[in-house]
Amino acid sequence: MPEHASAHAGPTSDALVRRDDQGSKIGMWLFLFTEILLFGGLFLLYASYRHRFPAAFHSGGKTLDVFIGGLNTVVLISSSLTVALSITALRRGAKRLCLGLLGFTIACAATFMVNKFIEWSAKFHHGLIPGSEHMAQLPHGEAVFYGLYFAMTGLHGVHVVIGASLITWVMLLIRRGKTTGENYVVLENVGLYWHIVDLVWIYLFPLFYLIS
Amino acid sequence: MDHATAGESRGFYEPRGKGGVASWIFSTDHKRIGLLYLSLITAMFGVALILGLIIRLKLMTPGNTLLSPQQYNALFTLHGVIMIFMVVIPSIPASFGNIFLPLHIGANDVSFPRLNNFSWWLYVIGSALAVASIFTGNGAPDTGWTFYVPFSERTSTNVSVAVIAVFILGFSSILTGLNFITTVHRLRTPGMTWRKLPLFVWSLYATGWIQVLATPILGITVLLIFAERVLHLGLFDASLGGDPLLYQHLFWIYSHPAVYIMILPAMGVISEIIPVFSRKPIFGYNMIAFSSLAIAFAGSLVWAHHMFTSGMSDAAVLVFSFLTFVVAIPSAIKVFNWLSTMYKGSISLDPPLLFALGFILMFSIGGLTGLVLGSAGTDIHVHDTYFVVAHFHYVIFGGTGLGMFAAAHYWLPKVFGRMYDHGKAAWSFWLILIGMNVLYFPMFVMGVQGMPRRYYDYLPQYAPLQMVSTWGSWILAAGLVLMFVNLWRGCRSGPPAGRNPWGGATLEWTLPAPLPAEAFHEDPPAPEPYDYKGVHPDA
Amino acid sequence: MNAHANSTTPEHDAGQAHEPLSYGLLTAIWVGLMVLTVVTVTVSRIDLGFLNVAVALGVASVKAGLVIFFFMHLKYENRLIKGMVLTAFIILAIAIGFTFFDVGYRY
Repeated sequence: MPEHASAHAGPTSDALVRRDDQGSKIGMWLFLFTEILLFGGLFLLYASYRHRFPAAFHSGGKTLDVFIGGLNTVVLISSSLTVALSITALRRGAKRLCLGLLGFTIACAATFMVNKFIEWSAKFHHGLIPGSEHMAQLPHGEAVFYGLYFAMTGLHGVHVVIGASLITWVMLLIRRGKTTGENYVVLENVGLYWHIVDLVWIYLFPLFYLIS
Repeated sequence: MDHATAGESRGFYEPRGKGGVASWIFSTDHKRIGLLYLSLITAMFGVALILGLIIRLKLMTPGNTLLSPQQYNALFTLHGVIMIFMVVIPSIPASFGNIFLPLHIGANDVSFPRLNNFSWWLYVIGSALAVASIFTGNGAPDTGWTFYVPFSERTSTNVSVAVIAVFILGFSSILTGLNFITTVHRLRTPGMTWRKLPLFVWSLYATGWIQVLATPILGITVLLIFAERVLHLGLFDASLGGDPLLYQHLFWIYSHPAVYIMILPAMGVISEIIPVFSRKPIFGYNMIAFSSLAIAFAGSLVWAHHMFTSGMSDAAVLVFSFLTFVVAIPSAIKVFNWLSTMYKGSISLDPPLLFALGFILMFSIGGLTGLVLGSAGTDIHVHDTYFVVAHFHYVIFGGTGLGMFAAAHYWLPKVFGRMYDHGKAAWSFWLILIGMNVLYFPMFVMGVQGMPRRYYDYLPQYAPLQMVSTWGSWILAAGLVLMFVNLWRGCRSGPPAGRNPWGGATLEWTLPAPLPAEAFHEDPPAPEPYDYKGVHPDA
Repeated sequence: MNAHANSTTPEHDAGQAHEPLSYGLLTAIWVGLMVLTVVTVTVSRIDLGFLNVAVALGVASVKAGLVIFFFMHLKYENRLIKGMVLTAFIILAIAIGFTFFDVGYRY
């Protein structure tokens, strides 16, 4: 009797029968929870240390540039818009528009990282590097503030890069016709990931830049 | 309802197509992945067991015996790291969970088979890195498996590699949980409502949620240790204003729920075995199912009971001590229900039931001593003593360990279609049970008498019980070796086991033994999982 | 070959069937997010004492809500996914909140 070669292959080999978009979506949301909790640990530290060192956080916050931070907020929110629009575009058959929107999203990610680089360079220039002499001599709490700043924006930056890579990947899938207006759950899921990246920043911005 | 046809007496583990190693290590078949995990977990268990035996050998008499203090610290750290992250946490879910969860719900695989294989590879890489930490840099970490700051930031041993290994292993655990949750929601056979789910599935479902929600906190915690060591981030550094206690909070926010990752699947196994060997439906199905979810949730509220003596606020001590009593309740419900199931049942004292009963005994003792630890007043006396060591070995080894062994004796005949020797299985059980008690019970006494844990040496007053404990480790080891050899021989060359040697009513027993490559050719009807009318053992 | 559609279970594939969100709606949400960003920056310039934190977090949460419910489509998903999201946030709240039983009394 024919042993189904597809019996234990993954979903793609008998995709029509086993495809489960709702399941994929649930799986993606579950993964997003892990990202939320991952950053959540850092937010726990932020909340605790801010409670302990309100003055140090205040003065630390003053050294962060609200303009760049605000610009980055605008950039990320806009990139969330374009990624959401891209799904509508794809589902309506506007493949080139979809790819254009995704390309714009990647450009936003790049802009964000450039801004981040500028900010961090400025900090390093002033001797604010984890482990430096200067940091060790700061008042208690201020060093913790900058430590959290680097940790949280650093981890966030890593996720911006990951998200942009995922978007690049899904653009290739769309170009090759593997992700289409009828089969778009991968684009939705990548979009969800990107929105989490935006979501984390929506909280980081006021907590670091707007506390003075 | 016999799904076997002429060509299907081949087990899923027989060579298919080109065969070879690649057909195993890149397999997306949940049954092969389950066996891959089982083999590695068993191997890592053997390694950590030997480490434990060496520790006990060293502690047999007082004085500077056998090992240097540095080696001793590395040994108990490694024993803990391997046992917790490479053995107990994946143990039941990754092996028997992988094989039987889909079968229990009438599915042919999990929701994300390729992700499942990837989870296994993460486990392999994480384990390899953990082992590598022994041989690289300044040798194995000496911090204890808890990696407390500030020592973990300053010690020159290879903490950095070890915590990256833990991060990767955590990721493996997360993906398994994610896969199982989705599978239970999406792939149940038509008619299998939540109320008809086998309790093993309920336990894996609850465990999956803890894996997904708690493990990321461990992830960030170990990343921060790495960042402190490599990038000098200094978030817990008191000289910069950091608070080492926050490390402990973050660590235990994961590591307490982690113990429920460890115990819930084992409880699920016991819930499967007790009714089958009592020929009686499980007592209080709804409450057992609910209690799995309740334990998962309540377990996330109590972490700071590991920190009563750390210097945290009195308010926290009060709150967390009170909440710890709450989490005991759903566990007690399970024990009560298991015993009630057996009452007036028709008991067959086969090996799976022996191990299940051993579980109930050991888990009850361990659990009751948990109340001593959860009460802040008594905990102050026994914190960081051998009392704690005894407690967690009773619940983890006597609990999850015996649960794993019970699962092996219950399900391996199904996997391989062959039966082991029941007499030797019973002998191994008694040796293990007696060994465990001789090894660990004296530790309760020593702990109350003040013997601190993780100490390289000790005062002469503890010498007699230390020696007894070491003897216990040898009895236990003998039992484990006997059990392993018996199972190994049985699975490879024992007599054919028949499709349903125990008379179970869950779906896996309708399949041929050994398990075929493809389980269900069409959606099976959803059975009442604990209704034994008309179901008979056929061994 | 089994392909469970889960027709007997209450979790129907609601997420599949919807129309995609219109360009107009998505853009309107974006406008809302921009406005809220301006609001939060402006309010941070005014000294409201301890209320500054509350307002900042409140505005951030409204923005987060817009992103989650519309951009991430949660408004249109079934109760299961909504319940899961709520669960995750509750666990995070417990982790941070209960830590304050210690931190709040010790700092």
